[in-house]
Amino acid sequence: MSVAAMPSRPVRKRLLEANPSVAWFLAILALFCLGVTALAEATGTGALSTSMIKTLGKTLCLCLVALAMDVVWGYQGILSLGHMAFFGLGGYAIGMWLMYARTEIIVAESLAEAAIPPTPAEIEDAIATQIFGVVGSDQFPAIWAFADSLVLQLAMVVAVPGLLALVFGWLAFRSRVTGVYLSILTQAMTLALSLYLFQNDSGLRGNNGLSGLQNLPGLDAVDQATVSIAFFYASAAALAAGYLLFAWVTSGKMGSVIRAIRDDEARVRFLGYHVESYKLFVFTLTAVVAGIAGALYYPQAGIINPAELAPIASIYLAVWVAIGGRGRLYGAVIGAAFVSLLSSWFTGGGAPDVDLGVYTIRWTDWWLVLLGVSFVLTTLYAPKGLGGLIDVIEARRARRRVGDYGPDKGALRREEGPPQ
Amino acid sequence: MTTLLEVSGVSVTFDGFRAIDNLSIQIGEPELRAVIGPNGAGKTTFMDIVTGKTRPDTGRVTWGERSISLLGLSESAIAREGIGRKFQKPTVFEAQSVRDNLAMSLRNDRAPWKVLVWRETEADAARIAEVAEEIGLTAHLARPAGELSHGQKQWLEIGMLLAQEPRLLLVDEPAAGMTPAEREHTTDLLKRIAATRAVVVVEHDMEFVRRLGCKVTVLHEGSVLAEGSIDHVTADRQVIDVYLGR
Repeated sequence: MSVAAMPSRPVRKRLLEANPSVAWFLAILALFCLGVTALAEATGTGALSTSMIKTLGKTLCLCLVALAMDVVWGYQGILSLGHMAFFGLGGYAIGMWLMYARTEIIVAESLAEAAIPPTPAEIEDAIATQIFGVVGSDQFPAIWAFADSLVLQLAMVVAVPGLLALVFGWLAFRSRVTGVYLSILTQAMTLALSLYLFQNDSGLRGNNGLSGLQNLPGLDAVDQATVSIAFFYASAAALAAGYLLFAWVTSGKMGSVIRAIRDDEARVRFLGYHVESYKLFVFTLTAVVAGIAGALYYPQAGIINPAELAPIASIYLAVWVAIGGRGRLYGAVIGAAFVSLLSSWFTGGGAPDVDLGVYTIRWTDWWLVLLGVSFVLTTLYAPKGLGGLIDVIEARRARRRVGDYGPDKGALRREEGPPQ
Repeated sequence: MTTLLEVSGVSVTFDGFRAIDNLSIQIGEPELRAVIGPNGAGKTTFMDIVTGKTRPDTGRVTWGERSISLLGLSESAIAREGIGRKFQKPTVFEAQSVRDNLAMSLRNDRAPWKVLVWRETEADAARIAEVAEEIGLTAHLARPAGELSHGQKQWLEIGMLLAQEPRLLLVDEPAAGMTPAEREHTTDLLKRIAATRAVVVVEHDMEFVRRLGCKVTVLHEGSVLAEGSIDHVTADRQVIDVYLGR
């Protein structure tokens, strides 16, 4: 075999050929970033408030986790109701460092005025009391062992969701649990995790969660406007990288095999592919990406608590992907951006109430009903979701051909078109 | 001809129903073998056991020169050992192109990280072209497999099997849904493959089996009723009684 003698084409070219959406997506994302830069408080006219920049940055993170969900659900066929738990774990991992490092600075400042310089142990105790006083503890739990190291906590952002997904996936896939049972299992995992975190002795401050995450330790001098645009850029870069990564994974032979597993996993086994390894690979990879998305999201949100990991969050994620159109990467992005922004508009009181005379529809209460109905309608009547609109546009853009159709790529017959 | 697959003393019970009862079959390499039998004779269960889908209660299934046992292996490991299977109902990946279906079946490394970085070599492309030519789907490579006719899907599945380059092919009713000309093509193809490999054909159609001109194993109630040439088994009193006579 002349494998070595093969002229190798660059991966990027092949990737773009296989996925025309990649170039479009990156271009639109770049334009969006330019627009936001021009309007942001720190870098431009200030037409967009700092909180708006944070909302947009958070939305980009949600788009990233939706991408991961689309790959695991739309491409691989596993309706995971646990990916927002991985997202939350990424948030907790970075939140621990943010909280520790900031508290350490505050404690150091207050103890600096003491007559006798404090010992390291005293400082440690003071930090622990400061952080855990709210749950009646003054000791650091074991899981905070690395909280003083940014590098180690960043490693945790990847390692904790990754390991959980690896172990959970290994147990679930090897016993060949599929379909709705697998979904229920992932939901059970999510529920167990969030219930555990609600406990005060979970070591993560129970239902108080971690707060003050928007304040970056040592960067008090930098205003939130600058911090917000920096996080916005980081989120956009992560989304772009995630899109490229997943476009690569879902194209080529890997994409072929994982879609084949979605459609008929027994048949794939008889082709010699170890289906469980593929599922585990996709499940773990997407969990890691979800963790990274969460680590970018929560410093912008400022607070994380166990409710963020509750199963309902993962169900929302599935709804976004379904409405956006699963099985296509841009569909997930459209769905997450559209629905989450719309959701904050409705629940934030932006939508005007509808007065029906006998009853007033308050959108803060009725938004979820509207979302539920649109989810059902999308599933029933537009299974391709919002992304399906792109197909309609593409079909319209394709030149209408008249006259003799002539030989076409893949066509075997010649036939007459409608008269000119 | 050396023995490639040896099934000996295998029994399987499903909810008290004995689907396979002390079954013993030997397949050589190369060999073309037809397995016939009435519905419920255990033909499909026999294939399920060999391919690892069903675990037998008792008995042994050994494979290859080193006589390794297939019973401890997963379906995918058995497929990688070189056993390919074609299902009765054509099962191709309808959402994907004919080309992707064949590319997935090519005999390459199946490990996820190898598949992730896999790129089609010239040898792969040539192999796909060769198989497509053999199954008459060259002009359809770019089409989604779901658009193919029933017969073409049968061919595609045979093509996927060829691309796998197995040592043993288990083929379940290959001629179902084919035109007479296609059946003839199938017979030729199976004979040609069987010159270098082991091929086991499960078939209902006696005429088709006769044209294969190979050793025939007749199954009945989960065990071998008769074995030999088509003329030998069709002359067998018992076979006539349980199968042909009806």
